Amino acid sequence: MKQEYTITIYTENQVGLLTRIAIMFSRRKINVESMNTSPSEVEGIHRFTIVINVTEDVVRKLVRQIEKQVDVLKAYYNTNDEIIWQELALYKVPTETIAEKAKVERLLRAYGARAVVIRKDYTIFETTGQREETDTLINVLAPFGLIEFVRSARVAIIKDSKGFHEKLKEFEETEPVKHLLAEDITPEKAAELEN
Amino acid sequence: METKTLNKQTESINQAIEITGSEAVMKAMIAEGVETIFGYPGGAIMPIYDALYDYRDQLEHILVRHEQGGIHAGQGYARSSGRTGVVFATSGPGATNLVTGLADAMIDSTPLVCITGQVFAHLLGTDAFQETDVINITTPVTKWNYQITDANEIPEILAKAFYIAKSGRPGPVLIDITKNAQLQKFNFTGYTPCNHIRSYRPKPIVRKEYVEAAAEMINQAVKPLVLFGQGVILGKAENEFKTFIEKAGLPAAWTILGLSALPTDHPLNVGMLGMHGNYGPNLLTNECDVLIAVGMRFDDRVTGRLDKYAKQAKIIHLDIDPSEVDKNVKADIPVWGDCKETLPMLTNLIKSNKHEAWLKKFNDCTAKEQEAVIQDELHPTGEIMTMGEVIDQLNQLTKGDAIIVTDVGQHQMVACRYAHFNKSKSNITSGGLGTMGFALPAAIGAKYGAKDRTVIAIIGDGGIQMTIQEFGTIMQDNVDVKILILNNQFLGMVRQWQQLFHEKRYSFVDIKSPDYVTVAKGYSIEGNSIKERKNLKAALKKMLDHKGPYLLEVFVGKENNVFPMVPQGCSVSEIRLK
Repeated sequence: MKQEYTITIYTENQVGLLTRIAIMFSRRKINVESMNTSPSEVEGIHRFTIVINVTEDVVRKLVRQIEKQVDVLKAYYNTNDEIIWQELALYKVPTETIAEKAKVERLLRAYGARAVVIRKDYTIFETTGQREETDTLINVLAPFGLIEFVRSARVAIIKDSKGFHEKLKEFEETEPVKHLLAEDITPEKAAELEN
Repeated sequence: METKTLNKQTESINQAIEITGSEAVMKAMIAEGVETIFGYPGGAIMPIYDALYDYRDQLEHILVRHEQGGIHAGQGYARSSGRTGVVFATSGPGATNLVTGLADAMIDSTPLVCITGQVFAHLLGTDAFQETDVINITTPVTKWNYQITDANEIPEILAKAFYIAKSGRPGPVLIDITKNAQLQKFNFTGYTPCNHIRSYRPKPIVRKEYVEAAAEMINQAVKPLVLFGQGVILGKAENEFKTFIEKAGLPAAWTILGLSALPTDHPLNVGMLGMHGNYGPNLLTNECDVLIAVGMRFDDRVTGRLDKYAKQAKIIHLDIDPSEVDKNVKADIPVWGDCKETLPMLTNLIKSNKHEAWLKKFNDCTAKEQEAVIQDELHPTGEIMTMGEVIDQLNQLTKGDAIIVTDVGQHQMVACRYAHFNKSKSNITSGGLGTMGFALPAAIGAKYGAKDRTVIAIIGDGGIQMTIQEFGTIMQDNVDVKILILNNQFLGMVRQWQQLFHEKRYSFVDIKSPDYVTVAKGYSIEGNSIKERKNLKAALKKMLDHKGPYLLEVFVGKENNVFPMVPQGCSVSEIRLK
């Protein structure tokens, strides 16, 4: 069954890596719903957040291929239940209508929108939330003359993740750290390492 | 940009010396133990060639006739020597001509370091003369690539390039160096080989519990079948592999790239897998109870129809590349790791066994195939020669000691099916990509990679015409390769498919050939052409005895087909003997 998966990739900050990752999707004719790159919690390590709509079999294989890339440290995939995610949206509406219709002001407040710029001719509102929330606000604003709308890519935090500081130490070891050696691995440990 | 190689043991030279980027490239080559470079100069790589001029006593450079020839030669070198092939090319067309070879090396896991020249950094993106975006063009077909615009980066990046190309699952690396970086003088403090990149895990962690589970499963097996691929050769684990199968009496079948890892006459060698492989291993794939895949990737030409592939069997998959496990065939037990390490671990845990009844089934299949296919192919009663009998005669003369380089098509399948091999790294062919034109340049490279061995390039009349310009390279350096053209006056494999699946509508497969002996003569290569069986043995012997390069063209049946065959979309057990 196809569903939305969020892929989180920790990478070196390398020119050309964006292409290398993007073509992994296009080669397989997978449409990228949203892609964001940003710094991560670790200095010098970049974080990609990519949303696709595929089956689990496809995303699992894809993530392994991504992780195989030399400049990729680690890649994860998660369903929407396993992450906290947000998108940011900007709306430009005529200031006139807002000034005239108190209802708009109320609506915006109800949707948690906040004015970023107020000019004579237009006002820009910003809201963050999930896709449905930002979408609803478009519909709500449309009758009042929505001039422009833009939404950012998704950013997501994995609920179970312990972050990358500790993980990075393992990657920096030239020799596998002791608990990674085969003889010390228990099945439970192995399962843990997979994540 | 930031690259990190940790735990460096920098062997810094006493004091920094000022050298050019190009000279740093040469120092890297020397430090990496490179002896042979295949290449072609041009505007944007001229400073590197200028530096090479001073190193021509230490670095042997082979001037090819086309960059595609250069990279295939690099592949042939890597495959026959087990080392990394090195290729130089200029920017623009020089670089784009590498693409086919990169794709071929990528899919066949061949270690290469390709250096391309690039226009001056300030001209990047201006459509300068011979500028092309080689990094983005080659990204999908390289294990790693990188553009250097500052000479200071050269030592570290080249060290990474060699490390990445050769370690883990090998592959091609391309380094693009802008002309200003080649000319730039910088303070060189020494060359440190790379042995760690924090974002790169060449070898997965071996999971002991999976090895134990795999051994247990093998011990329980009544009808086990081993499938081995090039991973055994790349891991230099031929002996470990042999010990493993011998201990438990495991029949072992090979993929086209695994060929020669196990001697042809080994009693447990049950033949070739896949579309034109042997009857037994294909048929019995769907009868075995435990399938043990070692260093192979379940290519579609091996598996046939996936939903009818070994469904009755438990699958154990040994591979160094975790992304291969479960990619095409779901493994019950994944044994991630270098088979050089995992095979001995398995051997320790498995019980001695013989599996005589099961092995007899393979022998019965061989007998059936012998009668239906092999007998007529190797000892035809008709007047016209077959490809198989040429290979059979060749076996008798080489005794299985030669390196056989094949191109792509019917002759490739026949050569792989019937050629005898005693030693590993003796079968060189374009397996994954199926690149026609591969064999001639690859044979040149193979000879440089194994100078004391006989190298025979077996090529069809289609493939030879794709890279025939490399006769020039052979002439110039008197490269001792034997060129055996099996001429059926058709693009035979396509014709076979048109006959079997397209109602004999022979659409553009009727290819004309030049007089190859005359063409070769023009390049000072001696040659001969034969049409009759009575001349075959003497002609082959003359070719092998000849000192230096030699071309022999043998006319074979025009409309012979390669069998057995697993038709596309069919299960391996639906293999056809005719």
